[in-house]
Amino acid sequence: MQTVFEKTKGLTDQPTHYCPGCTHGVIHRLVAEVLEELDVLEKTVGVASVGCSVLAYDYFNCDMTQAAHGRAPAVATGVKRVLPEDRIVFTYQGDGDLASIGMSEIIHAAARGEQITVIFVNNAIYGMTGGQMAPTSLVGQKTATSPKGRDISIQGSPIKVSEMLATLDGPAYIERVSTHDVPNIIKAKKAIKRAFEAQKERKGFTFIEVLSTCPTNWGLDPFESLDWIKDHMIPVYPLGVYKDKRGE
Amino acid sequence: MGKVLMKGNEVIAEAAVTADCKYFFGYPITPQSELVAYMAQRLPEVGGLFLQAESEVAAINMVYGASSAGVRVMTSSSSPGFSLKQEGISFLVGSQLPAVVVNIMRGGPGLGNIQPAQSDYFQVTKGGGHGDYHVPVLAPSTLQEIVDLIQDAFYIADSYRTPVIILGDGMLGQMMEPVEFRKKEYPPLPKKDWATTGTVGDGAPKTITSLDLNAETLEKRNIELQKKTDSMAIHEVRYEEQMMEDAETVIVAYGTVARIAMNAIKKAREDGIKVGLIRPISLWPFPEKPFLESREKVKRYLCVEMSAGQMIEDVRLAVNGHTPVDFFGRNGGIVPTQEEIYEQIVRKHGGVQHANSL
Repeated sequence: MQTVFEKTKGLTDQPTHYCPGCTHGVIHRLVAEVLEELDVLEKTVGVASVGCSVLAYDYFNCDMTQAAHGRAPAVATGVKRVLPEDRIVFTYQGDGDLASIGMSEIIHAAARGEQITVIFVNNAIYGMTGGQMAPTSLVGQKTATSPKGRDISIQGSPIKVSEMLATLDGPAYIERVSTHDVPNIIKAKKAIKRAFEAQKERKGFTFIEVLSTCPTNWGLDPFESLDWIKDHMIPVYPLGVYKDKRGE
Repeated sequence: MGKVLMKGNEVIAEAAVTADCKYFFGYPITPQSELVAYMAQRLPEVGGLFLQAESEVAAINMVYGASSAGVRVMTSSSSPGFSLKQEGISFLVGSQLPAVVVNIMRGGPGLGNIQPAQSDYFQVTKGGGHGDYHVPVLAPSTLQEIVDLIQDAFYIADSYRTPVIILGDGMLGQMMEPVEFRKKEYPPLPKKDWATTGTVGDGAPKTITSLDLNAETLEKRNIELQKKTDSMAIHEVRYEEQMMEDAETVIVAYGTVARIAMNAIKKAREDGIKVGLIRPISLWPFPEKPFLESREKVKRYLCVEMSAGQMIEDVRLAVNGHTPVDFFGRNGGIVPTQEEIYEQIVRKHGGVQHANSL
C-alpha cells in the first residue's frame, strides 16, 4: 500500500485543547510541517507565550520553553544568543501577549535583528482570558471590556504590528497571512517557510502575522468566523509582505 | 594573579568571570552601572556575550532564556530596577532555572535616590515576586568576600536549580579595595540534562515551564520545590561571629554596615564594653544558630541597618523573646557612622563609666 499522506513529525500525538473552529491547530501544523521539511526539528527550540497557546509545548515535537506574558522575544533572545549558530528559535505568541504587555520586547527584539522567527497569531481578542479587548481589536468590535464596541475616542485605534515593525531596520522578513480559506492557508505556510529559511541563513529577525479565528469569544460559529476574518479583519490588516531583505 | 585595586561593581563582574559566567544581560542603573559596563568590555574577551536589554524586565527574561539553554548567566540592577526583575525571578524559581542576580541597593521607596541603602531586605528575603518561594541571598561585606561569594552563588544556583541573589549597597558597589581573584574548587555538579538546546543527540523533546493547570499536580510540584527550599535552609546558612565569647551587647549587621559596626565595636571594647558582632552573610536562609547559642547569655541585641528596620524582624524571630532586641538605623541613603553606632552601644550599656565599673 502506498502512503500518500501522513501526519507531520513536527507535532506530537497529544490532542489539542483549542476550541472548535479555532485556527491555532492549523497554524501549529503549518509551523510543524515547515520545521520538518527544513529538517531542523532536532535543532529547534520553541518559546511558548501566555494565552491560548501557552500549552504549545505539548504539541510541538521539539524542545520548548515557556515564557512569561509578553516576554517570549526576550526569552528567545537569551536562548538564541547562547546556543550554537545552527539552532532555530521561534516564539509563538497571540495578540494580547505580543501587542499589549509584550510590545516593548517585540519591538526591541526586532530592532536588534534577533535571529529568531516570531509567529504572531492575531485574532483581535484575548482568547484564554475570556474575550477582552486586545490592542488589535477592531473599531466597533464588542468584547468583554469594550461592551459597546471599541470606540477610538475611548480605547484608541487597533495597532498594526506588521506595519509598525516594518519601519525598523532589524527585521529581515515580515509578512501578514490569513487562515480563512485553503488558498490562504497554503500562502501562510509559504510565508512561514520563508521566515524560517531566512533565519537559517541568518538574515535577521523574521515575523509572520497570521490572522486567526476565535469563534468562542467572537460569538460566531466556525464558518462565520472564517468569513469574519475575510470581511472584517483583512480590510484593517491587509495581507502581504511588509519587509523582505532576503535577497540582500 | 596578585592583588589589584578595583571598584566594587567591577569586582562583582570579574568575580562572575572567575566563576566561569560568560553571559550577562543587563540594563544600566545607578549605582551599579560600572558592573554592566565592565561586562560589556570583559565578556567578549573570554568568548562570552554581553547584551544590553531594553529594560530590567527584558534583561531577566533574557537570563531566563539563556539559563534554559544551559549556560551560566547573570544580571544585575539596583533597587527600582530590581523590583522589575521580580516577575522573572518568580518564573526562574517556578521553572527551576539557575541564575545569579545582583542587587546593589539604593534609597527608596519609589525612585528614591542613588545613595547606599539596605531597604530591599524584605523584598529579597521574603520572596518579592508572586508565589511561595525563597531564594538564597548572599550579602558580602568586603570586596574580597565578593570574589568567594559570587563563585558560591553560581555553585548554589547550579546545585539547586535556583536563582541566587547577591545583595550589596551603593557603598559596596562604589568603594575601591585591593582584591585577589582566587578560583575556588567545588564538587562536580549534575549535568544540565534538562536544558532546552535542541534534541540533537539526546532524544525526546524537553519542556521548561512553570505552568501546571491542575491544582493537585501543582501542589505536588510546589511540595517538591519546598523540599529544595528546606534543604537550602539547612545547608546554605552562612554567618560570621566576632568577639562573642563574653559579649553582653551584640550588634547584628550585614554588608558594609557590619564593617562600620566592627570599628565601633573595637572602640567600645577599648573602653571596656563587652560587645560582639553577628554578621549574617546568607540573609536567606537567615542564620538562627548564633542567636540560639547566644540569646540566653547576652543582655541585648542591637540590630543596625540602613533601613527603617527590616532584618530586625528575622533577628526577633530567632531570639524569640528571650532577649531584648533594639534597633538603630539610618535610611534614605544615609550611611550610619562609626561614632553613631558607638554612641548607641554606649547608651544601651548605660554609659562608658558604668561599663568600666562592671
